[in-house]
Amino acid sequence: MSSALIDLVWQSTLETLYMVAVAGILSALAGVPLGVLLYVTRPRQILAQPAVNTILGIVTNVGRSVPFIILLVAIIPFTRMIVGSSIGTNAAAVPLTIAAIPFVARLVEGALNEVSPGLVEAAQSMGATPMQIIMKVLLPEARGGIINGLTITIVALVSYSAMAGAVGGGGLGDLGIRYGYNRFNPTVMLITVVVLVVMVQLFQSLGDYLVRKSDHK
Amino acid sequence: MITLDNVSKTYGSGPGAVQALKDIDLQVPKGTIHGVIGLSGAGKSTLIRCVNLLERPSAGRVLIDGEDLTAMDAAALRQARHQCGMIFQHFNLLTNRTVYDNVALPLELMGQSRQTIRERVLPLLEMTGLADKTKQYPAQLSGGQKQRVAIARALASRPKVLLCDEATSALDPQTTASILTLLQEINRQLGLTILLITHEMEVVKTICHRVGLISDGRLVEDADVGDFFTAPGTQLGREFLNDFLKLEAPQALIERLEPEPSETTHPVVRLTFSGDSVSTPLISRLAREHGIDVSILQAKVESIQGRTLGLMIAELMGSASQTRQALTTLESFDLQVEVMGHVQRTD
Repeated sequence: MSSALIDLVWQSTLETLYMVAVAGILSALAGVPLGVLLYVTRPRQILAQPAVNTILGIVTNVGRSVPFIILLVAIIPFTRMIVGSSIGTNAAAVPLTIAAIPFVARLVEGALNEVSPGLVEAAQSMGATPMQIIMKVLLPEARGGIINGLTITIVALVSYSAMAGAVGGGGLGDLGIRYGYNRFNPTVMLITVVVLVVMVQLFQSLGDYLVRKSDHK
Repeated sequence: MITLDNVSKTYGSGPGAVQALKDIDLQVPKGTIHGVIGLSGAGKSTLIRCVNLLERPSAGRVLIDGEDLTAMDAAALRQARHQCGMIFQHFNLLTNRTVYDNVALPLELMGQSRQTIRERVLPLLEMTGLADKTKQYPAQLSGGQKQRVAIARALASRPKVLLCDEATSALDPQTTASILTLLQEINRQLGLTILLITHEMEVVKTICHRVGLISDGRLVEDADVGDFFTAPGTQLGREFLNDFLKLEAPQALIERLEPEPSETTHPVVRLTFSGDSVSTPLISRLAREHGIDVSILQAKVESIQGRTLGLMIAELMGSASQTRQALTTLESFDLQVEVMGHVQRTD
């Protein structure tokens, strides 16, 4: 393997990591609160708002139904507004984030749903405000499930980022397509896949470790 | 002091509505332990959850120390709830908090300083026998220890009232006994008013001063525990008592019972003694004064809140006139006599 190729793989690995990190952090920052809202506004929940809940649910579902490759191009004007360009790694991070937010939100909602209603009731009997219930009961008790959900999101982002090449975002998937597929170079294809497999394994192991460490169930 | 004033609770509306509580009036004086007993689905759980408004009553008022919780806005209600600790059947501890942090939670919610929290939590853990478990997580504890944590947590805000929702129902008999002892100590040391619901007569017998019996959403009895155990006022109360004392006549006898006496039958009586009548040498007096034989079929003695309760099922064997006189004598004593029926003589 030539040193030029090694450079290329290294460069693409960094691009993938960059896109995944940016989209992962931003989607967690937006998706966790959205997931909490989806949960607490449910009927009979601590901030029951059935109308709000229905609207949020529909928006989230729409976000999750649009195929990523379509989302990538469909929101180009928005992307240009945010990062000033519709091509490049930063431009790819925008649709990745947008796609991941509803994904995170549903996983967080599911994790919160696993918290025993008895705990919320106990906190209510102690005079907790809805905000206190969210911050001191729901989120800490769902911590393991939320970390698990974020791990799934990160892994999905690694996979989605392969499509970033469509807007010149680079990354390992793009490398695999351009050098491995378009130029009939199976070695490059194989290398990118191996790097991706290792990356996913590492993220998953790290996630599992954090879940174990943070959860005392 | 807890007062429920004409409390009703209805779920749903229209023809499908379910009335879980009907016109409940209940007073729990300061410093007493009041039990509410009933079958599952009778409305016990709804009743206790109406006290701190986890369920809002459809009608009626709930007063704690004279303050009407049902008239409060959300913020005032949260303040009032600090006065009202609660423990649950399944403990409801936060799994990701240590024992110490679980007990600290209500104080954190009240915005107390770290220092104050420490000063309150440590003595509570001492009192509940958990001083060596502060850094453990609930998953590492036994059921009894978990309930002790929950009790310490419920006391952290120094409430005046403690609500116990089937607090011992998930525990084995020995652990139940130790938790009940702890509740009794708390009641005595802190003068805490305790309202507990349970389906176990053992719990009522062991620690309650008064007991209410709830059936189909209504409070059908409300009596001192001693009175309830010696003379329940309702059929359901008697069933609970008989079930608890397991003083049922043998099945073979029940099948032989005839409702009406005749010349060839003996009466079978159920006697309930309480207080002084327990020590009366009753059987030998009957034998001596009326010349009858008394065959004891079942008997049991229980001590309830310092009062002795004796139960006996006996066959009075003698001629019709002898047994009639014996029954009159029995009724003149301070005890309850119930003629269960009559059996054909076998002699």
